[in-house]
Parts: sequence; C-alpha cells; structure tokens
Amino acid sequence: MTLTAISRRRLLKVGAAGLAASALPFGIARAQTNVVLGIVYVGPKDDFGWNQAHAVSVESLKALPGITVVEEENVPETDAVAKSMESMINLDGANLILATSFGYYNPFVVELAKKYPDVTFRHAAPLWNKDKDPANAGSYFPYLNQAHYVNGVAAGLSSGGKIGFVAAKPIPSVLSNINSALLGARSVNPNATVQVIFTGEWSLPVREAEATNALVDAGCEVITCHVDSPKVVIETAEGRGVKTAGHNASQAPLAPKGFITGAEYKWETIYKSYADDIAAGKTPPNFLVGGYNNDMLRNTPYGAGATPEAIAAADAAIAALVAGAPIYKGTLKDNAGNVVVDKDYDNYDPYLDGMNWLLEGVQGSIT
Amino acid sequence: MDNALVTVLIAMLGGAIRVSTPFMFVALGETLTEKSGRINLGLEGNLVLGAMVAYAVSYLSGNAWLGVLAAGGSGLFLGALHGYICKLPRVNDIAVGIAMMSFGTGLAFFFGKPFIQPTAPRLDAIPLGDWTGNPALAQALQVNPLFFVGIALAVFMFWAFRNTRWGLIVRMTGDSAASAKAMGVSVDLVRFLATAAGGFLAGIGGAFLSLYYPGSWNQGLSSGQGLMAVALVIFARWDPIKCIFAALLFGAAGALGPSLQSIGISQGYYFFNAAPYILTLIIMIISAGSKAAARDVPGELSITK
Repeated sequence: MTLTAISRRRLLKVGAAGLAASALPFGIARAQTNVVLGIVYVGPKDDFGWNQAHAVSVESLKALPGITVVEEENVPETDAVAKSMESMINLDGANLILATSFGYYNPFVVELAKKYPDVTFRHAAPLWNKDKDPANAGSYFPYLNQAHYVNGVAAGLSSGGKIGFVAAKPIPSVLSNINSALLGARSVNPNATVQVIFTGEWSLPVREAEATNALVDAGCEVITCHVDSPKVVIETAEGRGVKTAGHNASQAPLAPKGFITGAEYKWETIYKSYADDIAAGKTPPNFLVGGYNNDMLRNTPYGAGATPEAIAAADAAIAALVAGAPIYKGTLKDNAGNVVVDKDYDNYDPYLDGMNWLLEGVQGSIT
Repeated sequence: MDNALVTVLIAMLGGAIRVSTPFMFVALGETLTEKSGRINLGLEGNLVLGAMVAYAVSYLSGNAWLGVLAAGGSGLFLGALHGYICKLPRVNDIAVGIAMMSFGTGLAFFFGKPFIQPTAPRLDAIPLGDWTGNPALAQALQVNPLFFVGIALAVFMFWAFRNTRWGLIVRMTGDSAASAKAMGVSVDLVRFLATAAGGFLAGIGGAFLSLYYPGSWNQGLSSGQGLMAVALVIFARWDPIKCIFAALLFGAAGALGPSLQSIGISQGYYFFNAAPYILTLIIMIISAGSKAAARDVPGELSITK
C-alpha cells in the first residue's frame, strides 16, 4: 500500500491547482457545484451483467447539465483501484467517486476517503459503518432479492417448479437472492425447489457453463444465476432448451425462446439523487438502500418463456413489493432444519443482512 | 447413490469432452515448440486473441469455420513474432513469452470490445449419443469436430516425431543444437517454424472457447487456461498422446465440482473446484521424480539448462 506516498502526478496536480487558483480572482460565488462523477468497474462495462447495469445508468446521466462522468473499467480489487480513484480525483477533479465492486471498499475506499475528506465516496454494497468509517464515505445498495422474488414467482408458474441457480459466492446478498427466488416460487407453487451450484468466483465462464449443464442434467426446468456476467449461463441454458430468468441487466436478447424475466437494478435512481445533492451543496445520504418501494429495481420485460398466469402473478407480486409487503415471513426453517425466520421481517431488516443460511427447499450448501 | 454416481461419471465424461479441447490444442502446440528446444509461455495470449478473432470473424462473415481459420492465423502471427524475436542474439525465450502473453491478451481486449455484445454463429456439435436413449448421456456425447481433429493431430504428431524426417529434425534441434548444426540444419529456422506452428494450434484452441464451449467472447473467457495447458506439457512429458490424456483428465476433474453439487454433495465445493490443480500436482510429483522422466525432457530447453 502506497496510499500516503506523494506520486509525481499528484505533485504536478497540486502545483497546477495552486497556479490556477492564484490566477483566479477570489470571491466568485457559484450557485451550483458541478458534479464530476468518477466510477470504477471491476469488469468490462458491456458484460451483460453487473458492470453493464451500472454503465447503462451512468450513461443516462451524461446528458444532464452540470455532470461530467469519468469511467474506468477492468480495475481489479487491488491497489490498482486506489490508483484509479486517486487519479480521478487528482487529474479529473472528481468530487463523487462510485466504487462498484464489493472488494473495493476495505481498505481502498476507506483509506482514500480519509485522505481526501472533500470528496464524496460511495460504494455499492452495504458495508459502511457509521462508527468506524469516514463520514465522506458511504454505501448504497438496492435489495435485488426483491426482483429475484419476482423471478421466482414467474419461474414457479412458467415451469414445474424445479429451478436451478448458478451462484458465485455464498455471501449474504447472494444467499438472499437464492432464498427469495425460492420463496417467490413457493408462493405460487408449494412444491417448488431451488437447486444451487456455487462456482466460487464472480466470473469463470467455463465453470459457469459446466454448472449450468449439471443443473439441466439434474432436471432443472428454469435456470437463473447470480454471477457477474450471466451471458454464458443464459446462453448455455437456452442452448439446452430450458427456460431462463436473468440477473443484473437485461439478458432477454440472449434467450429468444426461453427467457421469462430478469432481476435488474435501477442504479440511475441512486446516481441521480447523489448528483442532485452534490450540485445543491448537500451531503448525499451515507447509507442508501432500497428496492421496489423506492424505484431502485425493475424486472426485465417478460420474454417468450413466461406464461400468461406467470405474468399476472409476477405483476401482482411487484405491486405488493412496491407497497412494502415482506418476503421473509415466519416461520421458516433452513435446509438443515433450524428455525431461521421466526416472525415477519421487514425487507430491510438488518437481521436479513447477516443471512448465512439456505432455506428448506434449497438444495445446496454454503460451505 | 448408484444413480448419483452415474450422474457424476456422465458429467465427468461430458466435462472431459467439452472442456479438454482448448487444453489439447495449446498443449500440442507447446509440445511442438518445446520439442524444438524453445519454450513459448505466451500461448495464453494466443488463446485469448484466437478466441476474440474467431468470434469477430464468425460474427462479421457469418461462417464459424472461417473464424476458426482466422483464429489459427492470429495464433500463427503471435507465434511467428515470438519465434522471430527469439532468433535475435541474447534473447531469453521465457521473458519474450511473458511479454507475448500480455501483448496477445491486450490486443484481444482492445479489438474485442465491440464483440462482447453481439451473438456470432457458433460451431455445431456432432450428436454421438442419441442412440443411447439417455438424455444426459446424449448431451455428454455432443462432440465438436475440433475434439477429433485434436486427437488425430496428436496421433499424427506422435507418429511424425518418430518416423518422418521433419519430426526427427525437430527433435534433434531440441535435444542438441550442436548436432543439428553439424548436420547442416538451420536451428533458428526450425525453431521459428515450430513456434509459429505451435502458435497456430493455440489460436485454434481459442476459437473453440469462443465458438463452441462456453461459446461467447468476453474478457474473462480463458481465465488462465493457456498457462495451465503449458504446464500440462511438462505433466505429459512432451508426449502428444499423453497430452490428450492430460487434457481429458483435466477436463473431467473440472466437471467434478459442479456435478457433485448437482447430486447434493454440496459441502466442500471449494476443494472440489480445485480438484484439477490438486490432481495435476499429485501426478506431477509422482511422475517427475523418475530417471525415465528426466530423459524425456528436450535437452535444449532453457528451463532445464
């Protein structure tokens, strides 16, 4: 870690800023702050997945006045991200940094936020801790599991109820998507099951294809996933003639025959609100979570795989979520037989953030 | 449990057939190059560039096989470049290989950007298992023609290294450059051709990745398979036939993780996902110790000197 070292670039920048400042007459009051938004992606921004969802949202901001967007893709979760963010701050004058990958947060975002207290840092996972972390850092995270619940409802009625789930890593947000897909499917089909295969990595195309094949061989009728780039999973499943439900961004064009619907983020709601706050001189909220109830999610328009009953039920499920209906309703057991949900939990209850179980009806194990 | 065991075995068979082909082509290419006394560590670059070029050409021309050919061409280009640079005095082939790896992947990422989104025509498979009446087995026996090309090529190389003038010349340059020179053979030319041809094969391996399995182009497509294939050559003791078995074993072991989870053995999937690497290490340790193994190494290889 060389976060404290003064780089040559930084030295030049400080010198240049000093020159520029001395050349300007003082006392000009500006009504609005221009927003320079720096965003870092862990992969390519057209990956049919996580990164594309962010990039599409940022693209929609570029047309707005007073916003400049600086993007960098394929930044690994290493020291490289600290360098990228620092160069956005020093060279491009970014005053809002969006770090979009889970592993960027600690130590990179935390350390840089301490070093640049005037820059607003926001990170796309619910990791910010108000007691430990700098006040100019923060987290935002839509609860995609609500849209996976809708996927489950539609999948449960578009098939016999055997759903296969290709998952990357057993972290709480992934587990919640799996459990919610099950609960959605069970809400319309009490015999529905979800079979999960963990690949262990966010992007590993060959193993994702293998996992998809294994699930289809095991009899799954609908395949969905939580990996960074669902392209391979959806295309492999379509090639095997089973139905699919998407994740992160729209994969509808990849599966013209079997696509049902997909869980998608609506990042633009969040990014727009951040930009508005900064332009108005306000501090954006440090911790911003949401879902269907505050317009942070959507489901992909229904594809050829969705039956009319499935569409009706999924639309009803979305309406209920918009009204705040809970997904985790007691009593529920995990697949080892322990009671893990003993009452109705609000969709944003902190208890659910620490999820480390798979519900009864999910075939799979998190270790 | 019997049923479950059958499921896993079928999945491993399918995995061996589906996953092994790129390893096979890269390993065969590397065998040819190393037999001539030179190491090309850059084949990961050929693989990734081949995958990108194959996808792009298939998308633009509408013909997947044209994509395969173009991928071979891009591999030939990188291989020839490696071969040419290594002909210059005081150049280390390992260092050049690492540079070529970055160069190849960099080129592929740069030019591959516009081809991540579109869907290109893929290679078709030959359904060899339909007669079994078992859908899982029929699926596992969907075989791409390149798989058979790889096996045929291995057999041909095995035969040619022993029985043809060209094969013997390649082996001689690899075992003793001085003898080759004494015979009037241009060592540099042989190594240049062997590296270029090896690069061609690795490019074809890349075409399989993007046009058949997993069958799409993106930047994480190879995830180090080209490097692993180079390691498989040592594992296979520079023997083309053994390269095939090594690639099949590696593919089968790779299918173990997902298929065990699919039958409900879901504990410890990190361990099972690492199975191919663990297996390779174990066999390597067992096989590399013997004196016979030491005799298989081409004498001119810079790693063994």
